[in-house]
Amino acid sequence: MIQDELSIPDPKMKAKGVSVFYGEKQALSDVSIDVGTDLVTAFIGPSGCGKSTFLRSLNRMNDTIAGARVTGAIELDGEDIYAPSMDVVQLRARVGMVFQKPNPFPKSIYDNVAYGPRIHGLAAAKADLDSIVERALVRAGLWDEVKDRLGESGTALSGGQQQRLCIARAIAVDPEVILMDEPCSALDPIATAKIEELIHELRGKYAIVIVTHNMQQAARVSQRTAFFHLGTLVEYGRTTDIFTNPKQDRTKDYITGRYG
Amino acid sequence: MAIVNEHTVKAFDEDLNRLRGLISEMGGRAEQALLQAMTALGKGDQELAAQVVEGDRKIDALEAEVEQLAVQTIALRAPMADDLREMIAALKIVSVVERIGDYAKNIAKRVALMDPTRSIEAIPVLTSMSSLVAELVHDALDSFAARDAELAVRVTVRDKNVDDFYNSIFRTLVTFMMENPKHITESAHLLFVAKNLERMGDHATNIAEMVYYVVTGERMEERERGESPEDSAAAGQEQG
Amino acid sequence: MQSRIARRYAAERRFKALGLGAVLLSGLFLAFLLFVMVGNGARGFTYTHVAVPIDFEATPLTIDASRLDDPDADQLIANAGLSDIVAFAADEALGDGGSALISENAWKEVRSAIKADPNLLIGKSTFELPASSAIDIAAKEGAKGELGARVAALKANGRLSTGIHWPFFRNADATDPAVAGIWGALKGSVLTIVIAFLIAFPTGVLAALYLEEYAPRNRWTDLIEVSINNLAAVPSIIFGLLALAVFINWFGLCQASALVGGLTLALMTMPVIVIAARNAIKAVPPSIRDAALGVGASPVQVVFHHVLPLALPGILTGTIIGMARALGETAPLLLIGMRAFIGDVPNGICAPSTVLPMQIFLWSDEVDRGFVEKTSAAIIVLLIVLLSMNALAIYLRNRFEKRW
Repeated sequence: MIQDELSIPDPKMKAKGVSVFYGEKQALSDVSIDVGTDLVTAFIGPSGCGKSTFLRSLNRMNDTIAGARVTGAIELDGEDIYAPSMDVVQLRARVGMVFQKPNPFPKSIYDNVAYGPRIHGLAAAKADLDSIVERALVRAGLWDEVKDRLGESGTALSGGQQQRLCIARAIAVDPEVILMDEPCSALDPIATAKIEELIHELRGKYAIVIVTHNMQQAARVSQRTAFFHLGTLVEYGRTTDIFTNPKQDRTKDYITGRYG
Repeated sequence: MAIVNEHTVKAFDEDLNRLRGLISEMGGRAEQALLQAMTALGKGDQELAAQVVEGDRKIDALEAEVEQLAVQTIALRAPMADDLREMIAALKIVSVVERIGDYAKNIAKRVALMDPTRSIEAIPVLTSMSSLVAELVHDALDSFAARDAELAVRVTVRDKNVDDFYNSIFRTLVTFMMENPKHITESAHLLFVAKNLERMGDHATNIAEMVYYVVTGERMEERERGESPEDSAAAGQEQG
Repeated sequence: MQSRIARRYAAERRFKALGLGAVLLSGLFLAFLLFVMVGNGARGFTYTHVAVPIDFEATPLTIDASRLDDPDADQLIANAGLSDIVAFAADEALGDGGSALISENAWKEVRSAIKADPNLLIGKSTFELPASSAIDIAAKEGAKGELGARVAALKANGRLSTGIHWPFFRNADATDPAVAGIWGALKGSVLTIVIAFLIAFPTGVLAALYLEEYAPRNRWTDLIEVSINNLAAVPSIIFGLLALAVFINWFGLCQASALVGGLTLALMTMPVIVIAARNAIKAVPPSIRDAALGVGASPVQVVFHHVLPLALPGILTGTIIGMARALGETAPLLLIGMRAFIGDVPNGICAPSTVLPMQIFLWSDEVDRGFVEKTSAAIIVLLIVLLSMNALAIYLRNRFEKRW
């Protein structure tokens, strides 16, 4: 796997030799990759190639799966996130996640966004909490649509709005990295476009990693793209290079549609 | 290096094959136009020349068809990597081939303007030059069909010979014109014919460069050019 | 092709008819049960009273009126011979053997009246005294012979009346149907159920949470799961044996008490709650848990802020079902001594008490015919309690279900 000419100065997260096992089965072999700050990195690859598995190991969500084992090192700002001294709860506040199917809590819109700050004690008073919620919703591009109905249930929104609510919820705890696992696959094209525009706006403030099986989306939103295949990282490079002149044949076969 | 595997969506391959077929046909017609135009020139055959002029319309029509097909494929198939490069190259190549056809037409038009009774020594030389150019065009288009980067590189190298040919014919014709002022008109036409042939050689090189880009994804290194009269004139002025 | 379509329609009609038939049959059984019970028991809520004038001037009660508020006032009044006064007044008013026409415990009603209004001790008043059980039955069912003549005579004199039998709701069990009441058993039931709930609900829910959220999936947890499922199917009388051996003999807790009864029923209900709670927790979609974890909630926060509120409707439904079942249990409580005759209303969780189904069983065994209608009346009371519990369950479930 090639990464050398790809200068990523001061990477936000570094993975070295990461392998993931589900019981006996090895889902990911020896992946080493740097995730840049202020960049959108896309993971692409066919189904079952391990991209979602790798994404979930970046915020230790694999810990919730019985029998999952992660070897190798993953660092966030130089700290090993799998070290015993690392508090998983704090890690997940710094590395947020947005899921494939929008999953707002069955609470009001306000409570959805306020939940994270509440449990992490980020707001001293109600006024602070209000401003955190407002800022998160503004950043997620949802404020204008919901500012008059913050008390309504989060599940009453449309699919695209729910996903933006989930993004606002992730932003509200002021993370450093946002992981997105196929965030648009359940949405229609207009909602998808809005989310992509949102990703573009969020780019400077957070390191974003997005897993997608839509190559055109990866081409549109990301600056770096990593191609996974059968549990290994095949190629990692600038998005323009990957899509106009990939170096590996497997990459080329996949993105031109000759795969399978 | 041929394409080994097919696209999962077979219709994509069908589109690509049709595109390549059209480009091959267009290239073949342009080649034939060149050869026929030179034959007509050598024999003074005005009927043949008229055919060449007429045939150029078909070449133009093919260019329009290929353009439309390429744009459609880009819109509908969202090609990536080498498929994308091939689309862009196809668009550029057909405009170049169309130009080659135009040059052949231009040569054919001059046949009517030449006096068939006079025979000029330069003409056989031009005919040799044109076979060289026809080979270059043929090979350039072959390299596109076969995705042969090495053949493409050789084409660009061989163009030097065409350039050298042009230089020597230029000098010959100028000398001839100075010695035979009565033949200036025909000689002038032949100069233009020679220039057209030299330009066709350059166009064949353009095609080869695009083939190289399609195959490797990189630009070909700047090739060694043969010295042209324009270069030496500029050099002469500097010196003098 | 046409015959296939016709067959399919016919099959669907048959199926619908069968379903409707099943529903109607169940409804019919229910209606039959209610009809029989209400028919038999309705009369148990009423009692025949005989009007007897008592003249306290002629036959005064020698008692210090100021001491009527003392705790031992009941004893004082009894010692003062109130029962004789009442018997005398009955004989006077109703003729020979008149005192036999009223219940031998009728004087206690007079005692309660006096305690409530001491002014009755001065002068003459007419008391509606409960008739004896025999008269009551004769009046309700119509009897021949001497009893029937007596009843007719009383009716002619306008002394007979029928009214709501308040002692039924106020008193504990007694040998005389005139004063036997359901309150002792009802209070015992309530205390027992409350104790059972307080023990079984937290334990069951916490056990279910642990098994679903934290326990690793290995042979030990599989074993525990199988054991719990089997526990739910164990015959209830075995729990009674267990309670007798452990709570009464080994721990030495008070016999026949609501405490031990509650503990026994808690043992019985806990597996039901655990199973219902586990299913409710399993039904919470993993996407909610992932969302909460993703925002940085600790596992405890995920459980208490998200999983439990969403699982609550299912847990509550399971709990109420378990509780309703426990309310109607007799077998396990037999063995811990609640079978005995308890004449007093239990005044604490350690006092000897009985429960409603047990009381029904005991009364159904009584020889005295006066207890027949009481048994049905008690069944109606039990059914009302059960219906209220179910109504509560439905209300609670709807209230929590709205938010999701």
